[in-house]
Amino acid sequence: MFYDADALQIIGNWKWGEPLTIKQGFLETKGQDSLVLGIETSCDETAASVVRGGREVLSNIIASQVDLHRLYGGVVPEIASRKHIELIMPVIDLALKEAGASLQNIDAIAVTYGPGLVGALLVGLSAAKAMALALECPLVGINHIEGHIYANFLEYPELEPPLVCLTVSGGHTDLLYIDTFGHYDILGRTRDDAAGEAFDKIARVLGLNYPGGPEIARLARSGDPKAIDFPRGLIQADTYDFSFSGLKTAAINYVHNMEQRGEDLPIADIAASLQAAIVDVLVTKTVAAAKAYGVQTVLLSGGVAANEALRRELSAVANALGMRVYYPSPVLCTDNAAMIACAGYYRYRRGERSPWDLNAAPNLRLGEV
Amino acid sequence: MRSLTVWSNGPGETQALGCILSQWLSGGDVISLVGDLGAGKTIFVKGIAAGLGINDSVVTSPTFSLIHEYTGRVPLYHFDAYRLERQEEWEDLGYEEYFRGSGISVVEWGNLVADYFPKEYLQVELKRESVPDDRRQITFTPVGDRYRQLLRQLEKEVEHADFGDRYIHGHRKCCPR
Repeated sequence: MFYDADALQIIGNWKWGEPLTIKQGFLETKGQDSLVLGIETSCDETAASVVRGGREVLSNIIASQVDLHRLYGGVVPEIASRKHIELIMPVIDLALKEAGASLQNIDAIAVTYGPGLVGALLVGLSAAKAMALALECPLVGINHIEGHIYANFLEYPELEPPLVCLTVSGGHTDLLYIDTFGHYDILGRTRDDAAGEAFDKIARVLGLNYPGGPEIARLARSGDPKAIDFPRGLIQADTYDFSFSGLKTAAINYVHNMEQRGEDLPIADIAASLQAAIVDVLVTKTVAAAKAYGVQTVLLSGGVAANEALRRELSAVANALGMRVYYPSPVLCTDNAAMIACAGYYRYRRGERSPWDLNAAPNLRLGEV
Repeated sequence: MRSLTVWSNGPGETQALGCILSQWLSGGDVISLVGDLGAGKTIFVKGIAAGLGINDSVVTSPTFSLIHEYTGRVPLYHFDAYRLERQEEWEDLGYEEYFRGSGISVVEWGNLVADYFPKEYLQVELKRESVPDDRRQITFTPVGDRYRQLLRQLEKEVEHADFGDRYIHGHRKCCPR
C-alpha cells in the first residue's frame, strides 16, 4: 500500500476518541494523476517537462532542440553551466505553457541532483528548490541514471521488477539489476570508454562530425559487419564490466594502416564492423546477466538505446530465450526531463521527499542517497 | 632539465609509469596530457589513480562528463577537453577552483586549453611509435621549478632502466593488470 504526506497529515490531525474517517480508496488513488515538473541540467541540455500520473508527457522541452533564437536570441550552448542559468527559467516557462499548466497546479518538483557537472547540476537544483519552497510543494531529487531507466516506464507503465537494464550513452555504460522499484545493483560498468564514446571517437577518426554515433549507424546499413574482425573487449571474461578502449585503438590502427598504404577507406564496412563489435559485447553481457538473474524483462536506456542494430540484436537474442526487451522512443533516449519527472512521480507516490539541503552530487552512483 | 623521454611497451607499462609518477605528486599539482586518440592518456591516469590508492577500474574516460573526481590519499580531478568546441567553454567548468584546490588536476587534451594552465605545470605527451605497434614514446616536459625538480627524481627512478622489465615487476602494486 502506498501512502503520502497528505494522507499522514490527516491521520496526524486525528485525536484519540474521535472517529477516524478516511474516504474509501483515498490512500490508493490520491496522487494518481499528480502533475510532476521535472528539471534536468546535469550536462549539456537544459530541460524541463510536465508529466501527469507518471506516464502522460504533457510537455518535454530540451533547450538544445528548441528554437533558442525565438526564446532567447542566443546561440545554442554546447557546454556551459552559465548558459543553464540563462535558459532554465525560459525552458521551465515553456514546459508549463505547453502543458497548459500553471505552477500552482504542480504537485511535486523532481530534479536531477547527480551525477554530472557540479556547476550545471546546481542551476537546476537551485531553481527546483526555490520553486518548491515558494510553492510549498514537495521536492524529489533524482539520480540521472535512474531517470534514464524510467524513460521506459513512461511508455510501458505495466513494467514490473525484477528487470535487467542496460544504460548506454556517450558517458555511461551501466548494466543494472533491479529487484524492486528504487533499488539497483550495478552488475557492470565500463572500465574505460563508454559505448557511445567509442562510436563518437571512431567516427571522428573516419572524418565524420562529432558526435558521430548516429552517422556510424547510418553508414553501417550499407556495410559488411563481418568485413573487419574488431576486438570484443572482455567478452569472454568472467565479469559484467565492459571495455571499449581496445576497440577504439584497433579501429584507429586499422584506419592509419589503410592510409599509410594509400588505400581507400572502406568506411561503410568499418562502420558496420565497429557497430557489430559494440553491439555484440553489449548484447552478450546483457543477456548473460538476465539469464544469471533469472529475469524475463530486459530494458535498454540512454542515448545509444536509439541504435537500431542494438535494439534488433538484443531483441532477437533475448526473444529466443523467452525474454522481452523494452526500449524508449528516440526522444526519450537522450537527456530529457520527462524521465526525471517520471522517476520523481514514483518516488513522490512512495512518500519520498528530499530535504531542503539536498546538494549536487557530481559523482553520484546508483543506490547511493 | 628540458624534458625526459621514456618508452612504454604497452598499456600496462604506461599505467605503471603513471603510478611511479604519482609518488611525487601532491595537492595543487597540475598535469597536461597530450596525445592522439588511443595514445594511452586514460590508462596513464589509471596509473596515477592506483598510486594514490584509488581503485583504477573506476577511472574511466571523462570525455562526456568533462570532469571526474576521485577520492584517494589526495583527491584526483580528472578532466578532458576533447569535446570542447571553443576554448572559452573551459571557463564555464569552474576549472580555477580545481586547479587551486587541494587535489591533483590531470587534464586530457590539455593542449586544447593551454591558455588556462597555471604558471607551473607538467606536460606529458604520449606518442605512437608507429602503427600498429603498442609502443609509446612518453615525454615529460616541466614548466616551472617545481616540475623540473620532480622530473629529476623521476629520471633517477627510470635511469638506465629497461623500463618494461624493471617496473612491471618492481612496481607490481602499481600495475594490477
